[in-house]
Amino acid sequence: MDFNVLLTDLPTLIGVIIGVPAVLAAYIVGGEYLVRRLPDKARPSVRPWIWVGPALALVTAFLVLPAVGTISTSLQDRKGNFVGLKNFATQLDGFPTGGAWIAIRDNVFWLVFYTLFVLAFGLILAVIFDRVPYEKIVKSLIFMPMAISSVALVVIWKFMYAYQPPGQAQTGTLNFLLNTVFHQDPRTWVQDTTPLLGLIPLNNLALIAAAVWGIVGFSMVILSAALKGIPGDLLEAARVDGAGEITIFRRVIFPLMMPTIVVVGTTLVIFALKAFDVVYAMTNGNYETDVLANRMYKLLYNSNDFPGASAVAVILLLTVIPVLIFNLRQFRAVEARR
Amino acid sequence: MTRGSTVSSHSKGDLRVHQLWFKRSLILSLAAVLTAVACGTSSTPSAGSVNVMATWTGAEQASFFAVMKPFTDQTGITINYEASRDQDALLTTRVAAGNPPDLAAAPSPALLTSFAKAGKIKALNTVVDMTALQSQYAKSWIDLGEPLADGKLYQVYSWVSLKGLIWYNPKNFQAKGYSIPNSWDNLLALQDTIKSSGTTPWCIGLESGAASGWPGSDWVKEIVLSQSGPTVYDNWWQGKQKWTSPEIKLAWQTWGQILGSGDSNVYGGAKNMSATNFGDAGTPMFQNPPKCYMHNQASFITSFFQSANASLVAGNDYNFFSLPDITAQYAGAHVVAGDAWSMFNDTPQAQKMLQYLMTADAQAIWVKRGGKISPNNQVPLTDYPDALSKSTAQILVATKIAKYDAGDQMPSDMRNAYWSAVLSFAQNQGNLNSILANLDAVQAKAYTS
Repeated sequence: MDFNVLLTDLPTLIGVIIGVPAVLAAYIVGGEYLVRRLPDKARPSVRPWIWVGPALALVTAFLVLPAVGTISTSLQDRKGNFVGLKNFATQLDGFPTGGAWIAIRDNVFWLVFYTLFVLAFGLILAVIFDRVPYEKIVKSLIFMPMAISSVALVVIWKFMYAYQPPGQAQTGTLNFLLNTVFHQDPRTWVQDTTPLLGLIPLNNLALIAAAVWGIVGFSMVILSAALKGIPGDLLEAARVDGAGEITIFRRVIFPLMMPTIVVVGTTLVIFALKAFDVVYAMTNGNYETDVLANRMYKLLYNSNDFPGASAVAVILLLTVIPVLIFNLRQFRAVEARR
Repeated sequence: MTRGSTVSSHSKGDLRVHQLWFKRSLILSLAAVLTAVACGTSSTPSAGSVNVMATWTGAEQASFFAVMKPFTDQTGITINYEASRDQDALLTTRVAAGNPPDLAAAPSPALLTSFAKAGKIKALNTVVDMTALQSQYAKSWIDLGEPLADGKLYQVYSWVSLKGLIWYNPKNFQAKGYSIPNSWDNLLALQDTIKSSGTTPWCIGLESGAASGWPGSDWVKEIVLSQSGPTVYDNWWQGKQKWTSPEIKLAWQTWGQILGSGDSNVYGGAKNMSATNFGDAGTPMFQNPPKCYMHNQASFITSFFQSANASLVAGNDYNFFSLPDITAQYAGAHVVAGDAWSMFNDTPQAQKMLQYLMTADAQAIWVKRGGKISPNNQVPLTDYPDALSKSTAQILVATKIAKYDAGDQMPSDMRNAYWSAVLSFAQNQGNLNSILANLDAVQAKAYTS
């Protein structure tokens, strides 16, 4: 990194560091000054708007307006003429392999398997490590992949999935295990579309597994915090009543953690719908591993098809909104219970 | 301030507090405005600077900086350099936002051509010295720079590379008594001989992350040019020749002949081809015994050979011959590629930099550092650091029909569909008809935008 660029623009840097807080402070102070000029009764109704104002303005400028723009682009052709839902029809044409259907199918795989795996592993790890003395170390280790970028994660997993022809020394960890422990021929994990148990193509599962490894620490930490929030005397009472550990987990711990599990789960659903970086870096959607976000990216930058990309974006937005609403409600419910 | 004072808002003391707040806020906002003004006026270096975007990182970036150092020393103009492998996306965004770099060097001129169509880049006819360019550059390079064929030069080339080099290990060839094939038939005969000895003739790797498939697309375009000639080649990348046409289909079938039925001519077959990164693909040639004998790749691949196996010696352990001609009529046809420069902002600094980049002196700096060939005939062959790069340059100079990489001239989604098609074809050659029909469908849409 060339730090000279920073140094040559030192005045700008100082201006930003001092100027931005100064302008904000001036806004608050000035706003407060104006509010104080108002009659007593009007103040409580005006003051919140002054404080929320900047956030509202930013959200409108950078979220609401672009979203409206995207929706209107999705209803136009490339020259800007209104074409109704034609772009959506193009994307949803040719079921089951045409248009965006492969991407939609793979997004469903992500939705189901990514969410389930992350929740299940997160829960199991949280419960297991709650009972050991070296909990902190293990949890830190599992949390660590959260700190690396997705592209670095893909590089690591490419080594895990590396393939050499049968008979050669296997350089990939998984193929090495397959070869030496199970005495089977190596597999091309990232390219192989053979369905596993007739359910999900192997390569889709391989991509999801890499992403799960990167995020499982997140769900583990939150679920672990929820677990620790369960009062000890409750568990004690259950034990006194003669419940076994598994019964306690099923009938006491699990129900009490349910709200947190639901919140983490819905957050993961949103992550799954947004899945992009692992797919982009690992296969770029080749070998039937495309997802909607990657398809949108390709339409936008490779095809210069802004309306098509906007249509995919709107499809994504429409699927995310119900989850978002559910998630917000759940948040509120959890808060209310506190 | 206590809550009590807020309630008794009409007291005198409170008013004074208000005035104090007001003054403070005034001073703060004034300070902000002053610093903003200060920023606006302070950054004016004497000779100015050029914002440059290219794809060179690491060692290539160091070479580019070495090229630009004499320029900066002489003129005082500084270079603000930005590198990205995902240039299509970055440049498109920057241009759409009205914030393009002054100059960009793109390995794929199709993007620059689309900007030329949209009027986003400047014509260079008055910027570069056209007489010098015409005397120092082969006509095909200047023609490439005029993609709209309206007499306006939009792209200029600083460095180029030669595709369709077949790399081999001379020691392996000697041990088995194989000789370098001087015709297409001899190449096919050689691959049969190698196969009958129980090894696979070819090393091919198609994996390249988001660009997977391109190494195979090189094969197809080299075959199209050598087999059906420059007119078909040009019509093909321009979208006027269908993928299902006999010529293009024949090229794919010819590549299929190289791959062998069920990819049996390729080390590791279809699985290994799709799972092996293009940079690692040639390495099995250097194993003992060798797993394969030949590898088709552009000149840059030697650095991958070396990094996988540092003890290799250029010329002794690896060498190349150019892909034999297929049709006699088109003998000496080669696919080339290069770094195309375009100008987005017409500043005096950018003009000077572009003029500098077109000189033999500037280009020779990178040529001497290795890895690049200059299209400028004023760069002497003695500047090339080793025998291999020198002979590449010789082939390039002697090339009768030089055609730019077809894939890089296609619209991006055509090119990407082409790459994906290579992957599908390598998986199952039997699907050729449906693969080509699918490419025709993409072609029908890709050229309209």
